[in-house]
Amino acid sequence: MVFSNTQKRQLRLIAVVLLLLVVELWEFGFAKASSNKTTFGFLLGKEWVIIHEWVIQSTTGSKIFSGIGILAAVLGIFLVRSNKSPLPGTAIAGFSLLMSFLCWAANGKFIPMTGLLQGSLMLAVPLIFGSMSGLLCERSGVINIAIEGQLLAGAFASGVIASLTHKTTWGLLVAPLAGALISLLLATFAIKFSVDQVILGFVLNVLVIGLTDFLYKKLLIPYSSTWNTGPSFARLEIPILGKLPIVGPIFFNQTIIVYLMYAIVALISFSLFKTKWGLRTRAIGEHPEAADSVGIDVNKLRFRNVILAGLVSGLGGAYFTVGSVGSFSKEMTAGAGFIALAALIFGKWTPMGAVTAGLLFGFADNLSGTLSIIGVSIPSEFMLMVPYIATIIAVSGLVGRVRAPAADGVPYSRGSH
Amino acid sequence: MSLELNAITKSFGALIANDGINLAVNDGEIHAILGENGAGKSTLMNIVYGLLQPDSGEIKVDGKVVTINEPSDALAVGIGMVHQHFMLIPVFTVLENIVLGHENTSKVGKLKLHEARERLMKIANEFGFEIDPDAYVENLPVGVQQRVEILKALVYEAKVLILDEPTAVLTPQETDELIEVMKRLRAQGTSIIFISHKLREVKAVADRITVIRRGKVVATAQPSASQEELAALMVGRPVNLMPDKNPPKVGAPILVVKDLEILDPSGRALVSDVDFEVCAGEVLAIAGVQGNGQSELAEAMVNLQSHVRGSITVGGVEIVGKSVHESLHEGIAFVPESRELNGLIGSFSIAENLILDTHREAPYTKGFALSPKAVAIRGEEQAKEFDIRYQSIQDPVSSLSGGNKQKVVVARELSRPVKLVVASQPTRGLDVGSIEFVHERILAERDAGRAVLLFSTELDEVVALADRIAVMYAGKILAIVDATVSREELGLLMAGVKK
Repeated sequence: MVFSNTQKRQLRLIAVVLLLLVVELWEFGFAKASSNKTTFGFLLGKEWVIIHEWVIQSTTGSKIFSGIGILAAVLGIFLVRSNKSPLPGTAIAGFSLLMSFLCWAANGKFIPMTGLLQGSLMLAVPLIFGSMSGLLCERSGVINIAIEGQLLAGAFASGVIASLTHKTTWGLLVAPLAGALISLLLATFAIKFSVDQVILGFVLNVLVIGLTDFLYKKLLIPYSSTWNTGPSFARLEIPILGKLPIVGPIFFNQTIIVYLMYAIVALISFSLFKTKWGLRTRAIGEHPEAADSVGIDVNKLRFRNVILAGLVSGLGGAYFTVGSVGSFSKEMTAGAGFIALAALIFGKWTPMGAVTAGLLFGFADNLSGTLSIIGVSIPSEFMLMVPYIATIIAVSGLVGRVRAPAADGVPYSRGSH
Repeated sequence: MSLELNAITKSFGALIANDGINLAVNDGEIHAILGENGAGKSTLMNIVYGLLQPDSGEIKVDGKVVTINEPSDALAVGIGMVHQHFMLIPVFTVLENIVLGHENTSKVGKLKLHEARERLMKIANEFGFEIDPDAYVENLPVGVQQRVEILKALVYEAKVLILDEPTAVLTPQETDELIEVMKRLRAQGTSIIFISHKLREVKAVADRITVIRRGKVVATAQPSASQEELAALMVGRPVNLMPDKNPPKVGAPILVVKDLEILDPSGRALVSDVDFEVCAGEVLAIAGVQGNGQSELAEAMVNLQSHVRGSITVGGVEIVGKSVHESLHEGIAFVPESRELNGLIGSFSIAENLILDTHREAPYTKGFALSPKAVAIRGEEQAKEFDIRYQSIQDPVSSLSGGNKQKVVVARELSRPVKLVVASQPTRGLDVGSIEFVHERILAERDAGRAVLLFSTELDEVVALADRIAVMYAGKILAIVDATVSREELGLLMAGVKK
């Protein structure tokens, strides 16, 4: 039986998951047997109730889920062997791996499952905005390392303007402009003057961090009552959909910014592959000379797309302030822009891939938070590492070799090739 | 449609690429533009296609002056171009490549590919091209990709088609097919400008030939002119197209390659089952279309490839597993495929590039310090011996012309005690004068009793230099034949057909 490289990678991933499941089965099911019960909560607010909470004996739960997982992993191997996608198998195995772990980790405690997932989405929102911004740039052939700076600029501008005007709407309108301003710098230097895009993006990040830190210290702290007490959007429950059990509170009881995110993701997914703009954008990111030779103004389209990307990530920045807490705090984006970049690569430069990656990173992040809050006996430092370990495993096992747009980061000028 | 260029001049700084060029292409004619690399052919065509603007001069289409500032202007007046490096997006389908730049959309902005598909299929049928509109370009053979390029121009009603060095990437069979296609296009009324430096092809297909040298039109010739006459016009002096070759004095085997396999990092075989020998005093040429494993095989000779299995011995010493430095010092001269990328360090001086391999030896290094004086003296000596033309031996090597750069590489590689010369595409991109020099040098090494392993995709070069020819196809050596073999048979082997 000869396997392709993709299949070998899939098998490797399944093997790792299988190994972990066996370890879990032994460790959590037998070695560390505990008589405690684990409680999973599924009710968050006023959604329709199917199941309120689910209580299971910790070791029994670990045994059951590890068992299901092992079966699913074996199913995955069979799927690979018969040249089919092992996704159903790996997905169930991965889920079981997680549940088995939770049954053990939260023994004697309560895990709010719906809350955990809702929080995951909230943490994923800036990542998804950021990765959409990166997608728009990199698909057109411009590397955008400045996502972090754009998010931070958006957060700062929306926080301050909302505070000054006492209107969340103004904050929401200003945020994209702040992001676009950073994009304007990026586009001007990267496209007009062919400056190295990685260095440029890095410098822009330092610029925004420095500037917002300075203004925060000199303006927002001393005069916080006028400058930094912005209002924030209330949650907006969508009728009927918001009442659905589990999915309702997660997806349909969010702020306007999250709904805007759905719209942007849908719009980009459609436009990139189904419209003239999308075809041309992908063309200039892959082979700008070819695009030029059929009369497409490469640098003009790149410029426009980079500005568009700034609008998107700026809007994502608003989520930190008017989308949640209202006020701005120092470096509050905390590296979300870089994780967004990782999500973009993990998602193979596709909109849906990046969204999936963003959600996964958000979940890993929130899980570590939730577990340390409910007081699991794992050092909190280790829990903080979880999202990144998950990233590394996922990238090496799931994605394999990815190919960036061929002209990503290469400035275009006629006759230079 | 007729196309007329009047007094086109274009300079880049001090270099005059086009100097008052006049050219007239008649309706339904195949007009060849012949010239060496750097003669200004591509500049001229980029001006016609709107990628460059001339400093002065005018372009007339059917007698009327047109302004071409953008490729889209050229397309609008019926000028299409097939570039030497294809202007196709590898990750797009054929159809997507065809519609790019000319998209139809519905009211909500959704792409409409239906009409374009019908149009593409209609034109493909008209010209007898078989094409799958939904195939991804990167999965198509080069010859088919070129068809797509031609179709792209035809779909937008190009009446004058510029083909820029179209045969550089093709097998001899594909070249023959292209020539048929060109004749068919001419029969349907399309004018073709055929840019080439290959005399044989120009003679085979052109109605008229314009020869360009150093940016100027030097002559208009008829295809009945002999190859020697055309070459002399192109170069500006009589040229010896076939280097004089003494009968080989073959000695003992120097290079023995056994069961060689080269893998890429993911474990896929790039080269496999390769066995051959090269004896002292003979040239073995490895022929084949580019990308069939020749580059990897050449690099493996001095251990520049990482995943190599099997055995390579030079004068009885096993090379596989040694470092590059050690392999070179077993007596291998290595002229790499790309002198700019792998042969030279562009920002280093000419003198420094000449001792890259021996810099750690005396007299260049004393103790731990390099002696710039010894390096410069050595540099000047070698430059004289190999006729390298330079201003100062301390100038960066990147300031030299292609031919002189290659002489630096050759000078350095042949200055060690050598048993085996490995030369990969040694004349790619060189002018005729430098090609002559390199050819003579390779034959001189052979006559001096060295084994020569030559990698070349140029059939003329292979036939001119080789004593035996090994044809590579898909990572394997398909056959090793005598140099007297017919071109047809070589062409078939290069296309993977073994009798």
